[in-house]
Amino acid sequence: MTGSLPALPPDRLVRLAKPLVFALCLVPLALLVQGGLTDGLGANPTEAITHTTGDWTLRLLLVTLAMTPLKRLVGRPWPIRFRRMLGLFAFFYACLHLITYAWIDQGLDWQGIVEDVVKRPYITVGFAAFVLLVPLALTSTRAMMRRLGRSWQRLHRAVYGIAVLGVLHYLWLVKADTSDPLIYGGMLAVLLLARVPAGRLAAVGHWLAVPGQDRG
Amino acid sequence: MLIKRPSDIAPSEITPKPVWLRRRELLKAAGAGLGLVAAGALVSRGRAEGGVATQGQAGRGTPIPNLRPSPFSTDEPKTSYADVTTYNNFYELGTGKDDPARNAGTLRPRPWTVVIDGECDAPGRIGIDDVLSGFPQEERVYRLRCVEAWSMVIPWVGFPLGDLLKRFKPTAAAKYVAFETLLDPKQLPGQRRAVLDWPYREGLRMDEAMHPLTILATGLYGEVLPNQNGAPLRLVVPWKYGFKSIKSIVRISFVSTQPPTAWNLAQPDEYGFYANVNPQVDHPRWSQKRERVIGAGIFAPKKETRLFNGYADQVAGLYAGLDLRKNF
Repeated sequence: MTGSLPALPPDRLVRLAKPLVFALCLVPLALLVQGGLTDGLGANPTEAITHTTGDWTLRLLLVTLAMTPLKRLVGRPWPIRFRRMLGLFAFFYACLHLITYAWIDQGLDWQGIVEDVVKRPYITVGFAAFVLLVPLALTSTRAMMRRLGRSWQRLHRAVYGIAVLGVLHYLWLVKADTSDPLIYGGMLAVLLLARVPAGRLAAVGHWLAVPGQDRG
Repeated sequence: MLIKRPSDIAPSEITPKPVWLRRRELLKAAGAGLGLVAAGALVSRGRAEGGVATQGQAGRGTPIPNLRPSPFSTDEPKTSYADVTTYNNFYELGTGKDDPARNAGTLRPRPWTVVIDGECDAPGRIGIDDVLSGFPQEERVYRLRCVEAWSMVIPWVGFPLGDLLKRFKPTAAAKYVAFETLLDPKQLPGQRRAVLDWPYREGLRMDEAMHPLTILATGLYGEVLPNQNGAPLRLVVPWKYGFKSIKSIVRISFVSTQPPTAWNLAQPDEYGFYANVNPQVDHPRWSQKRERVIGAGIFAPKKETRLFNGYADQVAGLYAGLDLRKNF
C-alpha cells in the first residue's frame, strides 16, 4: 500500500471494532446491575430483570441473524466476523434470563419449574429454545467448526427455529397487547425471507399474486 | 404426602422488624461496599415504608378529611406509596406497568358524574363531590392480588358500594351490577388501540356488590385517588383478582342477567366472571399458587396465595355449593 492516505485495512478495523462491540453488548447488563444496586428497577425488580434479559436475548438473536443479509448488502465479508460474538452474547443473556427465572423468580423450586416447563406452553417453547442454543454455543469455537465440517453449518441452521421459538415464547406470554412480540416476529420474518434465494422468492410472489393460475 | 397449614405469617414477623424496616438501607449499604453506588442517592425513589400512619405520608394529592378506621383493615405492612402509584395495570393509559403513572395527565377526574340506571326505582346520577360528602369515608387497608401473580397491601379510602346502591333503590329484578369506565380516547389515549373492547366493563353478582368488604374507593394513603389508580372513583373487591376492580367509573347499572366483562370478552378461557383469588385454579398460562409481594425485595421468596385472598372467613359463604373450578 503506497497511497497518500493509508486506509485502515478492513481486518484491522474489525479487530479494533470487536472490543467496542463486546463492551456495547455488556451495557444492558451494566444498567441492570446499576439499577439493582440503586433501587432503580421499579416496583417489581424481578420482573424488570426477567423482561430485560429476555428482550436482549431476542434483540441479539435478531442482530446475529442480520449479519448474513448485511454481508450481502454491503458486499463485504466483515459482518460475518461479528456473528459469533453476537450469537454468544444472545446465549449469555438467555442464560441470565433462565437463571433469573429459576433462581430469583421461582426460588429454585424444581418441582414448580418442571411443572411450568411441562404445563405452560410459553415456558415450554422458551425452555426448548434455550436447550437448542446450548449445542450451538458449545460448537462455536474454531476447532469445533473444523471438526464438524459441513455438519457444522447444518447444526447452526437450528438458530432459525430457535428464533421462531423465542418470538413464540414472548407472544404466548403477553395478556392482550401483542404489538411488541409481533414487531420482533416481523423483523424475524424479514431476516428469514432475506435468506430465500431471490429467484424462488419471485416465484412464490407470483404464485401468491395470481391465485388459481398454477393450482390446476 | 406433605400437608401444609395455610401460612398466615406476615413477612415482618420472620425478620426482626427493625432490620426488616431498614432492608433497603441495608441493601444500599451492601451496594456501597462494592463501590458502585456513588450516584445511588441521586436516583433513590424516596419510598414511604410500610407500617406507619398513612395520612400525610404521601404528600402528593388533596387529603380526604375525617377518615374513619375500619375493622376490615389488615395490619400487614403496606406497599409504599411510590410502588402503589407507579406499578399497576390501567390499559386505557398504556399497557406497560409504569405507563399509567407516566400518562395519567390526560385524565380529568373533575367534574365527574356517575350515572346509575337499570333495574331500580330511583335511577339518577351523582357527582364526585356529592359522593365524597354524602358517604362517610373510611380507610380500608386491603390486600390486592393481581391475576399476574403479584400482590400489594393498599390503604384505600372509600365506602361500601352497597351504601350507594341502596340509595337508588334496586328492584327485585336486579340480580347483577354492571360497571363501565369512561370512554374518551382524548382522556384515556390507550382506547385508541383496540387492545380490549372499550369501554372497560365489569360486573358483580348483587350479593357480592352488597357485601361489606366491597367498596368504592375515592382515595389511597389518605388522599384523593391519583389518576393512574382510577380517579376519581373505582371499585375495590379485595377477594377477587385486581382486574375486577374497575377504574374511573362513569356508569353503574342494575341488570337482571350476568353482564359482559372486558377481560372475559377478550380471553373467556383465561378470565372468568367470578375471578375469585384461588391458588388451586391456575391461570391457563401460569400458576396462581404463589404471589410476588411488591416491595419485598428481589430475593424475598414468594408468598403462598390464599383462597379468596385471605378473606375466606367473610366471603366463602357467598359461593357455597358453587364449583369454583368451573366458575373461575
